[in-house]
Amino acid sequence: MKLETSPARLRHRRIVEASARVLMIGSTALVIGSLLAIIGVIVWKSLPVLNLDMITRTPKGGYYLGKEGGILNAIIGSLYLGVGATALALVFSLPIVLYLNLYTKKKSRIAGLTRFAFDVLWGIPSIVYGAFGFVLMMAVGLRASLLAGIITVALLELPIMSRAIDEVMVLVPRELTDASSALGATRLETALKVVVRQCMPGILTAILIAFGRGIGDAASVLFTAGFTDRIPTSLLQPAATLPLAIFFQLGTPFPEVQQRAYASAAVLTLLILLISLASRLLIKRFTKHVIK
Amino acid sequence: MMRLFKDVFARKTMFLLTLVPSVLVLLIVFGLYEKSKALLGLKSLGTLLFSTTWSPLRGEFGFFPFIMGTLWVTAVALVIAIPVSLFTAIYLSEYAPKVFREFAKPVIDMLAGIPSVVFGVWGIMVIVPFVGNVLAPLFGVYSSGYSILAGGIVLAIMIFPTIIHVSLEVFSSIPFALRETSLSLGATRWETVHHVVLRKGAQGILAAAILGLSRAFGETMAVLMVVGNVPLVPKSLFQPGYPLPALIANNYGEMMSIPLYDSALMLAALVLLAVVLVASILGRWILVKVERRAE
Repeated sequence: MKLETSPARLRHRRIVEASARVLMIGSTALVIGSLLAIIGVIVWKSLPVLNLDMITRTPKGGYYLGKEGGILNAIIGSLYLGVGATALALVFSLPIVLYLNLYTKKKSRIAGLTRFAFDVLWGIPSIVYGAFGFVLMMAVGLRASLLAGIITVALLELPIMSRAIDEVMVLVPRELTDASSALGATRLETALKVVVRQCMPGILTAILIAFGRGIGDAASVLFTAGFTDRIPTSLLQPAATLPLAIFFQLGTPFPEVQQRAYASAAVLTLLILLISLASRLLIKRFTKHVIK
Repeated sequence: MMRLFKDVFARKTMFLLTLVPSVLVLLIVFGLYEKSKALLGLKSLGTLLFSTTWSPLRGEFGFFPFIMGTLWVTAVALVIAIPVSLFTAIYLSEYAPKVFREFAKPVIDMLAGIPSVVFGVWGIMVIVPFVGNVLAPLFGVYSSGYSILAGGIVLAIMIFPTIIHVSLEVFSSIPFALRETSLSLGATRWETVHHVVLRKGAQGILAAAILGLSRAFGETMAVLMVVGNVPLVPKSLFQPGYPLPALIANNYGEMMSIPLYDSALMLAALVLLAVVLVASILGRWILVKVERRAE
């Protein structure tokens, strides 16, 4: 690189510097602005229609034609689905990540392969999980139901949660696990009583990230969870979900119902924002057990 | 004794669970392949991928319009998202004050957390009218707004976080001393970015773009809601298109009532999966190489 210092060149270099700065600040503003625009527009458009009925009642006859009712079925359905799927995903992901970090050597083949598999799974689009969930359902003779939805969404959440937990677990200092072993603890005791506690804030964040992703996803439950106006009372009944409720309401030709779709979108967005806020607060609370 | 037994039992269970992710990848590929075999047995993959007639009732499954729809939308999204995300990542890593960086990161994470159906609703309210009433007249064409361009714009916003996140990681792995050397030689900040940071991070940026591409390729609901869904090969940005994921999502209801339809949709999912697998493996591979070099 040749740095010229003649006055004309210097001016040119200054202009390039300034325009690069403008482009960068503009781009950053665009990225952050689009988030604000999304939240702003959704909330602003939904304010006139958002009322207590929307979130406390199930759809009555003719709801999708503009008659009364609300989307309680979808809110509850999404929560059931999200909680079930997140719990199921945690049952798999926590032991796997513990195994990767405590039971395998750093460069072991199985750890490398499993982390690679998580990366690959993380990249698979949710519609493909939906299609695969459907294939699974056909194979075992399950119909579209809360259970099928939970299994599919758990598959989708597994890599998200595992990668997030792994990110904090690799940071656990070696001295800490060594100290625990030196005191005579077995590896399992070290894992559950020392490592899990040390990683608690990270694990909670991972759970909330996965939960948020789970309740927000539409493409994976389209095939598998079905849709119904009632609140499911068993795992084998179909369940409505918020994203699909939004999608279906928007698909009707009636402006009143489309307005409700905007309101439902606001409910979902606020729910997601609340979850992400909660995860930040929880981290603070649980860091008291963490040894720095 | 009991404690030791528990430990051994736990180790074996955990080992078995650890095999789950790898097996799951194979199972997804195998499951979708098994379902699409019915159609692949009748027609060659080449004919299916390059035929333009889509008429399930007559058993004609030509994926070409859908593949073109996906490629167009993805291309538009990348053309918008790559420069914007790169400039943002450079700003955050090289220019911005620390306070701003700490504020911006969670905000970008939040953007990544917004559900795709919400992006879709927003796209219908803002981007579709913008394309239909502002951009299209500007170029002197008619468009309802539900178009490749609208899909691409919404998609671009959705992949900002992916590209920014990976690029930030890449930039942070570049040693600080290199930048100092360049600055002390009298280079301006931008010259340092251009000749040092971007050159050193070139491969990582490629990986970021590839990972963004694989995100964009499979995105379903948001695109489906704004892209128009007309099964023709699009000829301009202002025309509607019909990407592969939208095809799968829109037709799940009918697929069991028409012979081979389910097989065709599962093949569509398999094609999608194949592209995404190749892209994400390639992207990760580049990143691993970059990391090794940095160590």
